[in-house]
Amino acid sequence: MNEAPKLNSFRAGPDEEGRFGIFGGRFVAETLMPLILDLQDEWNKAKSDPAFKADLDKLGAHYIGRPSPLYFAERLTAELGGAKIYFKREELNHTGSHKINNCIGQILLAKRMGKTRIIAETGAGQHGVASATVAARFGLPCVVYMGATDVERQAPNVFRMKLLGAEVKPVTAGHGTLKDAMNEALRDWVTNVDSTYYLIGTAAGPHPYPEMVRDFQSVIGQEAKEQILAAEGRLPDLVIAAVGGGSNAIGIFHPFLDDEGVKIVGVEAGGKGLEGDEHCASITAGSPGVLHGNRTYLLQDGDGQIKEGHSISAGLDYPGIGPEHAWLNDVGRVEYVPIMDHEALEAFQVLTKLEGIIPALEPSHALAEVIKRAPKMGKDEIILMNLSGRGDKDIFTVGKILGMGQ
Amino acid sequence: MTARMEKRFADVAAEGRPVLVTYFMGGDPDFDTSLAIMKALPKAGADVIELGMPFSDPMADGPSIQLAGQRSLKGGQTLAKTLELARRFRGEDQHTPIVLMGYYNPIYIYGVDRFLTDALEAGIDGLIVVDLPPEMDDELCIPALKRDINFIRLATPTTDDRRLPKVLENTSGFVYYVSMTGITGSALPDPSLIAGAVQRIKSHTELPVCVGFGVKTAEHARAIGASADGVVVGTAIVNQIASSLTEDGRATDATVPGVEALVKGLSAGVRAARLAAAE
Ligand SMILES: Cc1ncc(COP(=O)(O)O)c(C=O)c1O
Repeated sequence: MNEAPKLNSFRAGPDEEGRFGIFGGRFVAETLMPLILDLQDEWNKAKSDPAFKADLDKLGAHYIGRPSPLYFAERLTAELGGAKIYFKREELNHTGSHKINNCIGQILLAKRMGKTRIIAETGAGQHGVASATVAARFGLPCVVYMGATDVERQAPNVFRMKLLGAEVKPVTAGHGTLKDAMNEALRDWVTNVDSTYYLIGTAAGPHPYPEMVRDFQSVIGQEAKEQILAAEGRLPDLVIAAVGGGSNAIGIFHPFLDDEGVKIVGVEAGGKGLEGDEHCASITAGSPGVLHGNRTYLLQDGDGQIKEGHSISAGLDYPGIGPEHAWLNDVGRVEYVPIMDHEALEAFQVLTKLEGIIPALEPSHALAEVIKRAPKMGKDEIILMNLSGRGDKDIFTVGKILGMGQ
Repeated sequence: MTARMEKRFADVAAEGRPVLVTYFMGGDPDFDTSLAIMKALPKAGADVIELGMPFSDPMADGPSIQLAGQRSLKGGQTLAKTLELARRFRGEDQHTPIVLMGYYNPIYIYGVDRFLTDALEAGIDGLIVVDLPPEMDDELCIPALKRDINFIRLATPTTDDRRLPKVLENTSGFVYYVSMTGITGSALPDPSLIAGAVQRIKSHTELPVCVGFGVKTAEHARAIGASADGVVVGTAIVNQIASSLTEDGRATDATVPGVEALVKGLSAGVRAARLAAAE
């Protein structure tokens, strides 16, 4: 397990009110407030319940397939000619991404709370698939809200969710992406508070979600730390992950936050460039505001209206970011950088051809940053990247852009 | 409590009937039309005006109010312009209380201090901010109360007796009871259930209790008004406005008169509520 956080630790947050510095909090309608407090109680009890941990570990090992491998990307390392590159292979998990780690944890909580219905929002569909999967596994009905644009560009995942027995509700408001799906899920939740558990898919939303999702995803960083110590006898010099809402990133970052020598970088979706509105770089190009239950960096106009943003990757197409990332940026512990659509597309192809791994478009953003940095680093240095998901869901989108198969 | 709000509730109570609170979205479909609507409301019988502040992501609203917000934002509405609407209205009506209703982010971005100063200057009497529960009172509620602007809290069916005192603690003006767990525009639940909930809240507070969400017709207003101190009508007014617009969302000659006619009917409903209660 974790060692206890040190004094002046970067790992001590959030406080009782769910705040990381000025970020986080519980900005929700009164209807939801009692439920959120119940959830917090239940989560506090579960955290210290050995039976809960035993269930989590057992399902982790036998259902998800944990620990996920740590893989030395030998050919990519040689090609780039710099730092040694390791991938934490979350794409090999059951359902194909890190999202399942969080879903297993939360559905166990939903069960403990006696909830009989699961709702979820999804962008890329990976969280929707993971939610539909655990709902099937635990015999609960599941409704997934998904932006209409995403329903189209992530069609394979829509099909998977339906096969798993979930009802997929397309949301046409706004640009029909993740933000709109989250609004609609919140509306459902407010309407069905008694029966329904809202399985949020990223480390955002009202307290206790950011903390809870982080803790469920921290298994990534904990394993990776042990694995890299076993492989190299030391910690990495650089840890990198893509940031949508921020769950895969905080999952791999958190166990390394107090390790001084480890540089940490989060990669945001730079879309078509930061000059216009067609990107999702909430930290690099946004400002603090309040949306979806928490204060965090948002893309917004001068009147506090939230912008839609754009990313080639549906999973990063969100105008906000988890509150802990907002704080880690402001205190200077983690650096956040943008990667453009076309850079992610190139990285996607590089990995496919050099390592025989088809990555999702989300971690392709992290990979593009690795491709920029590795050649400038020494051969004795080590990069650890979270390969958060596999690209099966993206092959049609990418194929279309590359003009293949027509 | 602002003098204006207190007086209005007292005067209406003296008439022995519930207060009619009417909601519309500021700037829907454009500034001038919504100013005309605002001015028409008291003349048609509205006692308190809830002025909606549009937000891009209204998580507690159903399709009607979502669309109204989109029309308003498309027409160039901003928080500054919504305050300007109130200021212009105050130029000719000093007696009808105005409550701003919306979400926190536009206020946060405007700046809480600057917002409260400008709101006071525009003649605002109260605020309803959906995504600021008591746990977040330091953000806006406490600063507003210090400036003598009412902070009107929503109580809901999930606000049980254990939680109610916390919800009521810093509430002022009136308590807004949300008739159901749900979003604006849903169907109205059984009025007898609502009456029970209103009684429960009244046993915890001296403040008037107004009931909203789902009140759409004069008959609803009459039935709910039999037990509550006031009824809030929103979606029905917003729908009335929407139905009067051209296909591309512009106001027509029917827009303002349509709202007037609807509110007159609702006003007759609350005026019949006293009779209903006595039955
Ligand atoms: C594979 C993968 N990685 C990353 C993300 C981004 O989400 P988060 O930032 O919460 O990890 C998604 C979201 O759908 C995803 O599917």
